[in-house]
Amino acid sequence: MALLELRNVTRRFGDFAAVDDVSLSIEAGEFFTLLGPSGSGKTTILRMIAGFEFPDAGQVLLDGKDLADIPAEKRPIHTVFQSYALFPHLTVAENISFPLRMAHREPADIRQHLKDALEQVHLDAKAGKFPHELSGGEKQRVALARALVNRPRLLLLDESLAALDAKLREEMQVELINLQREVGITFVFVTHAQAEALALSHRIAVINRGKVEQVDEPARLYGFPRNRFVADFIGQITMIPAQVEQVGHGHLHLKVDGLGEIVTPLQQGVAAGDRGVFAIRPEQVRIGVQAELAELKNHFSGEVLSLLYQGDVSVYRVGLTNGTMIEALLPNSAPGRAELFKVGAEIRVGWRHDAGVFLHE
Amino acid sequence: MSERHDKESPSARITRWLVSGPPLLFLLLLVAIPGVIMVFASFRYPGEFGGLAPLVAADPQTLHGLTIETYRFFFGDFIYAEVFIKSFVMALATTLICLVMAYPLALLIARSSKQIRNLMMLLVILPFTSNFLIGIYAWMIILGPQAALNQTINVLLGVFGIAPVQLLFSPVAVMIAMVYVYLPFMVLPLYTNLEKHDPVLLDAAQDLGANAWQRFWRVTFPLSQPGIFAGSALVFIPAIGMFAVPELLGGTGDIMIGNLIKEQFLGTRDWPFGSTLAILLTLAVLLVVWIVARLSARGGRYA
Repeated sequence: MALLELRNVTRRFGDFAAVDDVSLSIEAGEFFTLLGPSGSGKTTILRMIAGFEFPDAGQVLLDGKDLADIPAEKRPIHTVFQSYALFPHLTVAENISFPLRMAHREPADIRQHLKDALEQVHLDAKAGKFPHELSGGEKQRVALARALVNRPRLLLLDESLAALDAKLREEMQVELINLQREVGITFVFVTHAQAEALALSHRIAVINRGKVEQVDEPARLYGFPRNRFVADFIGQITMIPAQVEQVGHGHLHLKVDGLGEIVTPLQQGVAAGDRGVFAIRPEQVRIGVQAELAELKNHFSGEVLSLLYQGDVSVYRVGLTNGTMIEALLPNSAPGRAELFKVGAEIRVGWRHDAGVFLHE
Repeated sequence: MSERHDKESPSARITRWLVSGPPLLFLLLLVAIPGVIMVFASFRYPGEFGGLAPLVAADPQTLHGLTIETYRFFFGDFIYAEVFIKSFVMALATTLICLVMAYPLALLIARSSKQIRNLMMLLVILPFTSNFLIGIYAWMIILGPQAALNQTINVLLGVFGIAPVQLLFSPVAVMIAMVYVYLPFMVLPLYTNLEKHDPVLLDAAQDLGANAWQRFWRVTFPLSQPGIFAGSALVFIPAIGMFAVPELLGGTGDIMIGNLIKEQFLGTRDWPFGSTLAILLTLAVLLVVWIVARLSARGGRYA
């Protein structure tokens, strides 16, 4: 049985359905992420799990038990808020022991748990400090320790890394993964940052306009997006309008106007004559001169339109003969060489027959 | 600090003086200098027909020069200390009653929607639009022996066989009017404080297992301490020196320090003793403010 289950949950604000018939199932020990643009309803889902919002229809179940009549303070579910929500009048130690005090635990018990929690997040030295005396990363760790100290069944993280600067965020991502593995508590993380979701999660649910678009492991979500929204929202992708010409053995043959044929892996639910787009990630596209790409099934002529040097990689935009533009990402592994191809150069682009995906309109 | 001032341009310096100058001058002329005069006056003899006796006199028989007579007089008779203590108790009671009444109101306003909030704040400050003496006279009518309120109370008391009471010219009347006058001074700072509280802190407390009662005592109340101290100071300090309310609504036994001071200047025309009482009142208030500031500094350590 799943630890947490959402069954056809709907939450309306006036006429607007913030969450529209959402069903999700989260397993014990999972790092599960709700990913979506702002206003997609992911935070409302989180607030319903926490108990700050209640569904208009459907059920939220924990261990198979409906949470409808259980207020937030009685749920074994804790939240790390975006702003951390540390109590400014309490010290780090008082903040962390707050849930233990609310549960009327024995003083000796509180001391022991507090000590363990402080060690876990490496804040032993800051126990007597007030929140305003802490750095962003330290506040984050206090919020985590406070939410984990009495071992909830579920930890909810609401855009919890958004307030940190880029470098610190990366450090905290690693810490978060390690912490989750250590404590073994199920994490439900809400974010609009797709890179963060890919880096942290076991599984991701992509939410858009109150609905679940796709639930999958990060690599599958990235490699095999189910629709154009997911493809576009996660990572960079080039989409070329195409029609299915033939469903072959293990391959789809797509026809692109003014360009020719593209071979891509076979997918279920695709029939000859279907219209849609061929979508391909920039890192799957190679650029070169004729000879280098001859072994690839798909290769076309093009012209370098622009070049974005990003240090580790360069992003080329290539115009194909039918007027479509395709992005290619090349690692700058040769030291000092940033510009393999000049803007305006006539080149060839190509990709393997197992790259890319066909998406319906 | 000095470094910053060294770099200050002449125009910035002029601006600083233009901005801080007028209030400084105002305070100097109307607070600092009169204060010094009062201190000085408290160490002199009263004049024969009011005012102050001369510092130097041609006739050595007349009173002149400096003395600590007024202070000896004050501490020599317990009756003055008693008035001080009574005033202190009245002011403290006013403060506590105002606090108990204002806190739920301020909390209600702070947690209302924006439009309702402004309307409610308008209602709170509405009494300021009429002169407070008019309000006091209104209370004289409401609490009067022939008015419905007093009559009803006495009928009810009669049912239980208790002797009738008189509301007007009693400590009860003084207390009611004092609370009426000072309640908005408690509501305003409390509301200003409570309105700033981040609602996510209450969510966090609830999330971590705090019920409504715990959320109030563990989060809202400690965070509102600066507002409680500010409101209490705004009520207590003027309340302890109040003389109009006890004069109009109190009985002969309900006088406060304010009445005593007023009596020295306008009645018995003993300026030095009046000055002494005023100085001692000021010192007593400063002591209270200092204690409260110390307490709130401890409570507001996180601010």
